[in-house]
Amino acid sequence: MQNEPLLRVDGLRVEFPGRRGTLVAVDDVSFDIAPGEVLGVVGESGAGKSMTGSAIIGLLEPPGRIAGGSISLDGRRIDNLPYEEMRRIRGKHIGAIFQDPLTSLNPLYSVGRQLVETITTHSDISEKAARDRALALLQEVGIPAPERRIDQYPHQFSGGMRQRVVIALALCANPRLIVADEPTTALDVSIQAQIIALLKRLCREHGTAVMLVTHDMGVIAETADRVAVMYAGRIAEIGPVRDVIKNPRHPYTVGLMGSIPRMGHDAERLTQIDGSMPRLTEIPAGCAFNPRCPYVFDRCRVERPDRMAVAPFHEAACWKYADGVGHA
Amino acid sequence: MIAFVIRRLLQSLIVMLTVGFVAFSMFNFLGDPINNMVGQDATEAEREHLRHVLGLDQPFYIQFLVYLGNALQGQFGMSYRLGMPVVRALAERLPATLELVFCAAGLALLVGVPLGVYTGLHRDRWLSKVFLTLSLIGISLPTFLIGILLILVFAVYLGWLPSFGRGDVVDLGWWTTGFLTVSGIKALILPAITLALFQLTLVMRLVRAEMMEVLRTDYIKFARARGLTNRAVHFGHALRNTLVPVITITGLQIGSLIAFAIVTETVFQWPGMGLLFLQAVQFVDVPVMSSYLVLIAFFFVAINLVVDLLYYFVDPRLRADRAVASGHG
Repeated sequence: MQNEPLLRVDGLRVEFPGRRGTLVAVDDVSFDIAPGEVLGVVGESGAGKSMTGSAIIGLLEPPGRIAGGSISLDGRRIDNLPYEEMRRIRGKHIGAIFQDPLTSLNPLYSVGRQLVETITTHSDISEKAARDRALALLQEVGIPAPERRIDQYPHQFSGGMRQRVVIALALCANPRLIVADEPTTALDVSIQAQIIALLKRLCREHGTAVMLVTHDMGVIAETADRVAVMYAGRIAEIGPVRDVIKNPRHPYTVGLMGSIPRMGHDAERLTQIDGSMPRLTEIPAGCAFNPRCPYVFDRCRVERPDRMAVAPFHEAACWKYADGVGHA
Repeated sequence: MIAFVIRRLLQSLIVMLTVGFVAFSMFNFLGDPINNMVGQDATEAEREHLRHVLGLDQPFYIQFLVYLGNALQGQFGMSYRLGMPVVRALAERLPATLELVFCAAGLALLVGVPLGVYTGLHRDRWLSKVFLTLSLIGISLPTFLIGILLILVFAVYLGWLPSFGRGDVVDLGWWTTGFLTVSGIKALILPAITLALFQLTLVMRLVRAEMMEVLRTDYIKFARARGLTNRAVHFGHALRNTLVPVITITGLQIGSLIAFAIVTETVFQWPGMGLLFLQAVQFVDVPVMSSYLVLIAFFFVAINLVVDLLYYFVDPRLRADRAVASGHG
């Protein structure tokens, strides 16, 4: 990771001011994404992974707001841009894919119209040229007979086909980064693999970096170059995907890996992590994972660990590694 | 699509038959029609003779068929009070009411939709709050009070606009219009505003609620994520998705505007059907009352048909005869 990062998130903090105090949904999250790299972000619901994605594309739902830290794209800060300037970046430089393809497309317009509209918004070309580009894109994402399909409406496409259209829409203007928020969660298992393979192939061909938000470790293992594990709004562990899967360091990641069924391992039962992730209103002092952690010691209950290096490019936020070496 | 239209037409026919039956029954339930025609001193034989001549001794279903046959030929009988065919009486009054109603509906939509969009998009601006508060007044004040207040201010105090009547009208042969004269247009302003105010607030609140609902959807978020301009997101994507309920309500409301313009017409002495109906009720002019019922029902049915057809143009999910995948609509 010597080259300049495409995306740099530094100390990001997302807050939701509410009647009963302010909720911190994302707390001191930092990571880089290199050009063309796929970063998987994994965690349970409410861990702050989708919120991080929304913050990057500048579409946090009010009253949520970025309360600290910075987000930079190609060295330029984008977290404090006025709405109109950020709008020009969205779609053109950062594409987005959302979870549910059934509801991501406007039901009243043909997919062609939605593609053409997106293309002409970001580049100065004629309707005709935009339509040709839309046809090419549909072809590229594997929609059969695009000439016929382009004028059809979203309800005439199946879920998997719609997600292909959504991917085409995200790739419209050749963005450098795509934030994909649970792109396969709403799909049939058999379709999931196809969509992931498609996303992976297209991004490799276009040199597009991806921030892949999911709770599916399998998808991450298959797709990502690096993975960030989030827990209660913070990154618990981040590193190359092989390292993290083979040799997880943070006790939470260890538990997470233990809960995945593996081929060829005749486990009687899967290990599970006792307890559940704390609600945002009840995050404990010290390490947020300490009530569930089997290795917990005194320091974990009072002091919050920062990320520390555990291997090359591999960091974990755990006091076990405070002296530089693990003593697990 | 064609099957749908035929189905809807058949349903409309059933509705009209039912309404026709009710209208027909009014003759028998509101007193003996023979009594209304002959004097106090007519003999029983004369009554029987008249009953026979008019076919009133036939069983009711024969009478109903005769009634329907006449209705289809545009014969709804003579008005007791006016001494002229009901159809002519209604036709004379119809243009006044329809011009008033369409001005009111147009005003309600032209003002109500933009206000609804504005207040839906900018919930927290003080101007939105002002509009919302005013709309509460519009919804809760009764029509006659608004009419009287308007007359008081613009006709009595300021003397800008006439307080009653239709002004000078131009007779086009089959239609009389007030649009072609200055006094006709001036006379239209106050009653149209009076009639529109309730609908306007209704449309505004409906559009606002629908906009707020639609703006929360995933496809709006995705449209923003694609970097579309606010204008495209708000008017191209959000507003169009609010149209189906707005069309429904507007259609129903135009029907009620026609039927219930009575109050406004009374306040402004507007020479429309509502006023005619009110006078008919006072004189127990049954042919006028029953024909009015049939006519209003016809308007409702026709408008609903148009509304259903409009859905087809707005929402492609209803258009598809051969949906490939199941939608969620």
